[in-house]
Amino acid sequence: MTLALSGKDIARQIEKQFPGCVAESAAESLLVKAESLLEIAAYLKNTPGLDFDYLTAVSGVDYFDCFEVVYHLTSLKHNHSLVLKARCYSRDNPALPSVVGLWRAADFQEREIYDLLGISFEGHPNLKRIALWDGFEGHPLRKDFL
Amino acid sequence: MEIEEVYSSRELDKVEGRAINELIARSQQIIPDPDGWLDEELDRNILLTSVDAVLNWARRTSMWPVVCFPACCAFEFITTAASRFDISRFGMEIVRASPRHADLMITAGTLTWKMAPQVKRIYEQMAEPKWVIAMGACAISGGIFASSYSVVPGYNRIIPVDVYVPGCPPRPEALIHGIRMLHKKVSRASITTGGE
Ligand code: SF4
Repeated sequence: MTLALSGKDIARQIEKQFPGCVAESAAESLLVKAESLLEIAAYLKNTPGLDFDYLTAVSGVDYFDCFEVVYHLTSLKHNHSLVLKARCYSRDNPALPSVVGLWRAADFQEREIYDLLGISFEGHPNLKRIALWDGFEGHPLRKDFL
Repeated sequence: MEIEEVYSSRELDKVEGRAINELIARSQQIIPDPDGWLDEELDRNILLTSVDAVLNWARRTSMWPVVCFPACCAFEFITTAASRFDISRFGMEIVRASPRHADLMITAGTLTWKMAPQVKRIYEQMAEPKWVIAMGACAISGGIFASSYSVVPGYNRIIPVDVYVPGCPPRPEALIHGIRMLHKKVSRASITTGGE
């Protein structure tokens, strides 16, 4: 079985490298500040011993006061996994950096989140609607849609 | 005793014998064949019927469905097509990937607005005469997704539908019933009036 790494352990490791960048950590996940998401993601991917070379899923959640994007990371090399999260607090223009540059798998999934929740992923090479059509009004997975 | 006298088997035999002899007497001539004036060659090769009857027979016994299976109802269609329910009994076993070879669209599944232009185009590419069976609640009205932001509330918004088969999904028997209803509809068509 894939070993789910504790968010707390990884947080301690990251804090040494990037002080003040972890917002919250728990046994099952790790919430980082949006502005340092890219750096931390790159660190998780490229650091020997962590080697998160595989992005299993990206999903978006609407919590009303903020949007949260959840990255499920896996290392095929070490057979361990981690749940990484980031939040954006704007409802009118929510934005997060895109991780397509690190994991190509994020391409369609970030487009889907953009389509259904309206979060822009800065640096995405082809950010446009994927499931709905161009010209559709609104983002139907938002809790205040309808 | 008396009864046996009158209705004895001998008495019945006599009645029967008389009837047979009378029939023989009346049946000395051959009943003429109405086609008797035709020579043998013509006799064997001409069959009289109406153009409508032949055309409608041909159309309804070789209806080829086009591929239009966007959701779960497709599985009931697949069962209908496979060996247990076997629509080849109706000359329908060839499901065409090309709309130009097909006469019938069985719309088995939920249709989204994003997919709708493609379905409409496939319908328009089918050669006349063509028919549509709306299979399942989604095809009829959008079903459980009727009020969704992305689902077409019934195929009849984009293409004309001939037969509606309710169910979520309809069982193969129901679909076959719908196919038989369509056959009836086709049998009533006429080339002189154009429609039914
Ligand atoms: S009618 Fe029911 S079974 Fe058929 S496509 Fe809709 S949801 Fe699926």
